[in-house]
Amino acid sequence: MCGIVGLFLKNEVLQRNLGRLTGLMLRELCDRGPDSAGFAIYGDERKGITKICMVNRDDAVDWSEVADRLASTIGADVAVEEIEDHAILRTTGSGEIARKWLIDNIPSAYVLSQGTAIETFKGVGNPAAIIERLALETRAGTHSIGHTRMATESAVTVAGSHPFSTGDDTCLVHNGSLSNHNRLREQLLRKGERFQTENDSEVAAAYLASRMRGGDTLQRALENGLRDLDGFYTFLVGTREGFAVIRDPIACKPAVIAETDDWVAMATEYRAIAPLPGVEHAKIWEPAPATAYAWSHAA
Amino acid sequence: MTKVSSIPRTSRNSVLDLVEMSLRSVNQLLHDTRDGDFLIRNPRGAHAIVCGLDGNLKVTIEGHVGYYCAGMNKRAHVTVIGNAGTGVAENMMSGIVHVRGDASQSAGATGCGGLLVIDGNASARCGIALRGLDIVVKGSVGHMSAFMAQAGRLVVLGDAGDGLGDSLYEAQLFVRGAVKSLGTDCIEKELRDEHRAALRTLLDAAGVRNIDVAKFRRYGSARKLYHFHVDNAGQY
Repeated sequence: MCGIVGLFLKNEVLQRNLGRLTGLMLRELCDRGPDSAGFAIYGDERKGITKICMVNRDDAVDWSEVADRLASTIGADVAVEEIEDHAILRTTGSGEIARKWLIDNIPSAYVLSQGTAIETFKGVGNPAAIIERLALETRAGTHSIGHTRMATESAVTVAGSHPFSTGDDTCLVHNGSLSNHNRLREQLLRKGERFQTENDSEVAAAYLASRMRGGDTLQRALENGLRDLDGFYTFLVGTREGFAVIRDPIACKPAVIAETDDWVAMATEYRAIAPLPGVEHAKIWEPAPATAYAWSHAA
Repeated sequence: MTKVSSIPRTSRNSVLDLVEMSLRSVNQLLHDTRDGDFLIRNPRGAHAIVCGLDGNLKVTIEGHVGYYCAGMNKRAHVTVIGNAGTGVAENMMSGIVHVRGDASQSAGATGCGGLLVIDGNASARCGIALRGLDIVVKGSVGHMSAFMAQAGRLVVLGDAGDGLGDSLYEAQLFVRGAVKSLGTDCIEKELRDEHRAALRTLLDAAGVRNIDVAKFRRYGSARKLYHFHVDNAGQY
């Protein structure tokens, strides 16, 4: 099971409605993934600023103290915005270095993402309640990724919720299960990737991030994944500029894409696309197996 | 797409709007009805729309449907003016199910009888485990179509994906376009006069005209796999 949604806006006028539209989509897939949910919103970029999104593990975290310690470590300003159990740390320093330091030194919290555009939020429980608590529907941006989870490969925890992010402005949501994730995790650890869960999907995210750090384009990384990732999957991968969809060669896990002049939407099922404005004029198709589809705002 | 106004109405024609009525109440109403024409509006990708019909009903659904639409259909004539999700007309027994758009995977799975017509493409595993249903796809079908199909016919006017007819029993497959690859134990067979005649009758029933049936290729089981042969033990 699990439900995936993604919305890529071509029409800038819709950007202020990104959260509302993503919420409409995600609510349709609550029953495909009733145990947890998460979403990534791309937008609100400020020159020279990296955003690091975090969530506390159990008890409340003193985010100001975390920010101060991070600032003195990386020698750069760090500002905090608290949102429920989440915090967005904004820094002029390196997001990559900050992420590694935070994972190694702040055990009371998880790092969800880092980048100039991405903001990631996750929770455990009914997806509709998570959407409301974290105010998804008020958010603006250029594109979004969302997920409702029915856990199979690891525990129902906030860390096990999707999206998973390991690289700059990159995140991944997954419907399916991987069978070679333990061995792959060992290989990626040796290459310096950091993991925060036992989850198979986090390994897929780290795999793609590692390939892209090594010079692969997203398209190329996904194609290499067809060889290296064993299992069932529909992946939706967000980047700063857009998103990409790929299904494994057997393609048991469903996916639908719809495109209009104003937007591109991807979802596990059509019913999540049905509430979008102008859907009656959309070109609708099912992505072919083992084929990557990508959309980008980059020129 | 057909305009709503062009759908013929009778005195028993009723509009059922899924914005106003629950799916369960719409399905129950149709289960309790033996005949009549119905138009269902606002399906919005919901699952199991008009499952389990058993009557001389004519049902038109205006919009895209979700999983298992018209599953287990008996006698009813269901038309979907849109696309269908996974498992449309799965295990149908008789009647006609007509999808005007594309169908997702496992269309007509395990179907026992009747006719399923898909105007667009059908994706993977179309007609999997077919048991007597006839399927006509005007576009192309995805990989592993007619997997383990026992009886019935799959007719494809376009192309077929990888592994067509894998582990096939006695279903007959006809493809007009290219077949990417045949599955284990599926072979091409001679298209004889009786097959051409049967194909023409079936295409007529599906509303497909002006097609040269001689352009089709016929595929069927080599019957090497389903009679146990010790040399094949490793294949099981």
